[in-house]
Amino acid sequence: MTVQHHPATALQGAAILPLKDGRDGGLVFTIAVLSFLACIAVIAALAADRAAQGWARQLAGSATVQVRPMGGLSGPEAAAQAAEALAGVKGVLEARAMDRKSAEALLEPWLGKGNIPADLPLPQLVTVELDPEKPATAAALNQALKAAHLSAAVDDHSRWMADVRASSDTVRASSAIACLLISAAAGAVIAFATRQGLAARRDIVEVLHLCGAEDPFVARLFQKRFAGLAMRASAYGALAAAAVGAILRLTGGSDGFSPALPIAWTDLAACVAAPVLGATVAAVSAHSVAMAILREQV
Amino acid sequence: MSSQGTEFTTQTALEATIPVVSFESVSMRYGQSPEVLRDLNFTLATGSFHFLTGASGAGKSSLLKLIYMAARPSRGALRIFDRDISHTPREHLPLLRRRIGVVFQEFRLLDHLNAFDNVALPLRIAGRKVEDYQSDVVELLEWVGLGHRLWAMPPTLSGGEKQRLSIARAVVTKPDILLADEPTGNVDHAMALRILRLLVELNRMGATVVIASHDQDLVARSGMPVMHLEDGQLSTLAPTVSQPPTPEPVGLDE
Repeated sequence: MTVQHHPATALQGAAILPLKDGRDGGLVFTIAVLSFLACIAVIAALAADRAAQGWARQLAGSATVQVRPMGGLSGPEAAAQAAEALAGVKGVLEARAMDRKSAEALLEPWLGKGNIPADLPLPQLVTVELDPEKPATAAALNQALKAAHLSAAVDDHSRWMADVRASSDTVRASSAIACLLISAAAGAVIAFATRQGLAARRDIVEVLHLCGAEDPFVARLFQKRFAGLAMRASAYGALAAAAVGAILRLTGGSDGFSPALPIAWTDLAACVAAPVLGATVAAVSAHSVAMAILREQV
Repeated sequence: MSSQGTEFTTQTALEATIPVVSFESVSMRYGQSPEVLRDLNFTLATGSFHFLTGASGAGKSSLLKLIYMAARPSRGALRIFDRDISHTPREHLPLLRRRIGVVFQEFRLLDHLNAFDNVALPLRIAGRKVEDYQSDVVELLEWVGLGHRLWAMPPTLSGGEKQRLSIARAVVTKPDILLADEPTGNVDHAMALRILRLLVELNRMGATVVIASHDQDLVARSGMPVMHLEDGQLSTLAPTVSQPPTPEPVGLDE
């Protein structure tokens, strides 16, 4: 026997739980906001990480050597010799003795222009530009200075780099914790909604049980429903976050948003993960809560 | 529905001798309230047909609830399909429930599903594919006189149509037990007779049928055995092994 005159969708089997629910609006909004916050946290972390990597690269690419005049050599002479010795070390691209003018320029921010007496003893500095691929180690630089019988202190910036790395780690950890907390909040919201949904749809759940439905069947209905809803809501939030990121990137010019937060277009791609993550969190939360509630019944 | 007849009667001789439902000193209460059913002792033979009568509040619906496993006895031994229901774990109940069709007094149709989807619901739950059951469901809806209302939503159906739709849903899985709670309570006399004939026909196909009813006239005209509940106790015991239904139940012709 063939079935005629029916809507095309009828034989697909309509959704067992009603699709439209007036109470969904607030839930969609909440999940969308959570998703937006998570995406912004990730974009900020990616940008901060990029800034930190830039600073670390600059620091790693150079070293400073302070030369002490010794053995009848004047300061500038000792510095020149040190520069010569250091230039020969493997992993050094360039070593340059800093002249007095450059050294005075470095002090200006503290002492003011024209306030530096001509006879003020200034440290003799050699700036060393290192090969970023294989930078010479502080030990290698010290070795070369020792071989040239020069007394000098090498600062390879490792102390600063450790600080930069630590702050970059902190930003990354904060972002991860924010995302975890936001995911947990989303899970809790979905758990609450599932509880409400099971109570509101008690009539349907009872009919399903009397028709022989097993608990996982019923739980899957709520899981599917809330995973779909969370995916949609997370996508709204992610789109809004991507839009905000794009506006910051556009207004920030070549720096990204600012030198401290250089947003790249690729950072916005992180928002793609939000709907997937949102749907997963919702599915796990709805299923486990529904199963727990159903198991308490007769 | 000629195909149903053979399936209903494919029981082994052993199964036929074991009562499909057996109450041994069964009592039931809701929470801490007094017992609504007290010390019930009876069995239902496979393929039997019984009316369950009694005043409102006598416990008819509660007795049916015990049989369709929506409630458990507070005392006594209840066996359904030779399984001890009091001690059957919850996760084993759904497969037993699929062998029981229930027609509710208030229908309990899902208003957001059309007639076809309401009837197909137990089949979907059992994991059947729409291609496999589509023609069965349509045929069944035609058998209950709703062939022209396949895609109608329940709120647009009349009381009699809803009643027949809920009967169709109850029998679509070809259940071994069919329970009906006041199936003629919301319809006129002609429709009540029509529905009763439908249930008798299902019984002839092999289903064990229990109908809770207020309708003394209908019960009397059917000539079927009666279990009478009074104040939570069975005052008129059903025959322990009931006879198969009379070939032509008296008084059911219009």
